[in-house]
Amino acid sequence: MRHRPLLILTSTLAAGTLALSACGSRDGGKSDDNEGSGKQTTVVIGVDAPLTGSLSALGQGIKNSVDLAARTANKNKEVQGITFKTEALDDQAVPASGQQNATKLVADKTVLGVVGPLNSGVSQSMQGVFARADLTQVSPANTSPELSQGDNWLKGEKKRPFKTYFRTATTDIIQGRFAAQYAYKDAKKKKVFVVDDKQTYGVGLASIFAQEFKRLGGEVVGTDHITVKETDFSSVANKVKTSGADIVYYGGQYPEGGLLSDQVKKTGARIPLMGGDGVYDPAFIKASSENNDGDLGTSVGYPVEGLDSAKAFVQNYKDAAYKDPYAAYGGYSYDAAWAIVQAVKKVVADNNGKLPADARAKVTEAMGKVSFEGVTGKVSFDEYGDTTNKQLTVYQVKGDTWQSLKSATFKD
Amino acid sequence: MHQLPQTLVNGLALGALYGLIAIGYTMVYGIVQLINFAHGEIVMIGGFGALSVHLWLPAGTPLSAALPLMLIGGALASVAVATAAERFAYRPLRDAPRLAPLITAIGLSIALQQLVWAFYPDAKKSRGFPQFQGDAFELAGNLHIQRDDVFVLIAAPLCMLALGFFVARSRTGRAMQATAQDPDTAKLMGINTDRIIVLAFAIGGAFAAVAAVAAGLRAGQINFEMGFILGLKAFTAAVLGGIGNIYGAMLGGVVLGIAEAAASTYIQHIPGMQQLGGGGWKDVWAFALLILVLLIRPQGLLGERVADRA
Repeated sequence: MRHRPLLILTSTLAAGTLALSACGSRDGGKSDDNEGSGKQTTVVIGVDAPLTGSLSALGQGIKNSVDLAARTANKNKEVQGITFKTEALDDQAVPASGQQNATKLVADKTVLGVVGPLNSGVSQSMQGVFARADLTQVSPANTSPELSQGDNWLKGEKKRPFKTYFRTATTDIIQGRFAAQYAYKDAKKKKVFVVDDKQTYGVGLASIFAQEFKRLGGEVVGTDHITVKETDFSSVANKVKTSGADIVYYGGQYPEGGLLSDQVKKTGARIPLMGGDGVYDPAFIKASSENNDGDLGTSVGYPVEGLDSAKAFVQNYKDAAYKDPYAAYGGYSYDAAWAIVQAVKKVVADNNGKLPADARAKVTEAMGKVSFEGVTGKVSFDEYGDTTNKQLTVYQVKGDTWQSLKSATFKD
Repeated sequence: MHQLPQTLVNGLALGALYGLIAIGYTMVYGIVQLINFAHGEIVMIGGFGALSVHLWLPAGTPLSAALPLMLIGGALASVAVATAAERFAYRPLRDAPRLAPLITAIGLSIALQQLVWAFYPDAKKSRGFPQFQGDAFELAGNLHIQRDDVFVLIAAPLCMLALGFFVARSRTGRAMQATAQDPDTAKLMGINTDRIIVLAFAIGGAFAAVAAVAAGLRAGQINFEMGFILGLKAFTAAVLGGIGNIYGAMLGGVVLGIAEAAASTYIQHIPGMQQLGGGGWKDVWAFALLILVLLIRPQGLLGERVADRA
């Protein structure tokens, strides 16, 4: 019987390996040198985004758009005596790498603002580092409400945890309610089955959706949860089918969302699955060979191509001949960088044309008052650092692509 | 309870998949008393081997024609890796303290995952796996069997029968039993125990490849991390059924699969248990079942009380 304790030990070890994951961090590219005259002061705008890995397409778009904003500011001499530069670091969508990058950016005294990151989870590990250094951070893509409104936002107790945190993307509170309004009013769905992946983003989004859907008069006919990285959701799919729901709402990311949608359809329930920006990804459609036509996804903002205010941005981006497209968050990244430029401009103007000694704290203060017409519309921040711009878009799967269905500004 | 037949079918398909993997754990354990924690990754590599064959075949090859070749390709890959792991990672540690091969297995598991992640084209995210097209087979008004589940429901019993026949009837199979009982005496009787051990790893690898193809068909995708959860569940199934017993491995798999399906369907209908039901809790209930069984039968469902080795 000597091997009996070993079995228990091995089971424990198996659970322990769950916690292991490999991560590392590499420096991203440095920006070009700008031609500056003799008495120029250099201000660096930091960028943190996934520049490698599966989300790199989005990250490269963020990096290039910030670079374009800095170049434009230099070309127009937006702030007299200041030359803007960008420094982009790669977080690989890993919180620990993001934290290392934040520490690096804080250590460089010429950095007066940072654009990024892409992922809410990465942001959570960076916020504290920036706050302790009074360094402004503007995310073009984070949607988790607690980043700006504290951990108890769901109970209605809003408290801003970090005064240095701003974002140009709208939150899941708006996104979830917007989705519910679309499902109930436009798609005429009355019975929803709500599934989430037990993660911060997914649970928040799903609960907001369910709340709003009920408030509008719809019925939540069932709820369930799935586990990230699993692939067998047949039991949940079955429950969806027997519940008589006419739509499934899924709070979570595209790998599980895509499989859940496929497995629901396989049970014979021909109903759409709807999700947030976590499922709005081509990989959602390709999760398996099942047809996803009619599935819905919301994402923050408008498709930039359709905005009059973005015409110049689209053209300039093309002229700059970047290797990668500006992707989903390009416009929001440009506006985030431009907000930092505007804050620096105000700080310099208030200090007789020079940077003050406590430039970082002053920039953070100025950020709250920034207001201008940006690529994505009017850019300004409320008392939590959240964007006042509440534009969202519903996308639908047609064939192998997501196509925009409806863009609107959220109304209470 | 009108969902009972469907729940059983879903659980059975999932359980057969666990069982196929569990056999790899149980055979190796029966002969060398080693829990090969890299076995989940052997499954994953079998999946990528099968996928490579599918990508190499001319586009438009019907899946039913491609499947045998995919199974062969997957089996080649996983048997190669399993036997190489035995030769280079475990054999040098055969006389080392028990913990050394265990830690080696965990290290190997992480290494294999990262190797696939780094070197298989586009393996940094999930890769699509072919599936059978068409609607599910309707057996009765409310009972469906997915086309992709048919494979595992047929393959698992066939594999079991073949293995049972091989172990009970063939010379090599008897040599395996002898090695499991007492390796030193088996050696004295002229059995090449090294070969038998390699064979146990190879058979486990082949079954892992069948399981990987089944998992790929069911989900329509495979990825470099897929082996972890599958391996953990299959290991649980092996312990549940009685580690070292091949029929126990399959039984444990099926019991575990049905327990998971039933827990996510029914627990929430028990009054007062609404919060503890659903898919989010199924693993908790499955492990609760495991603990319950081990309290009543420490040797597992079909396990025998193995005498301690001197």
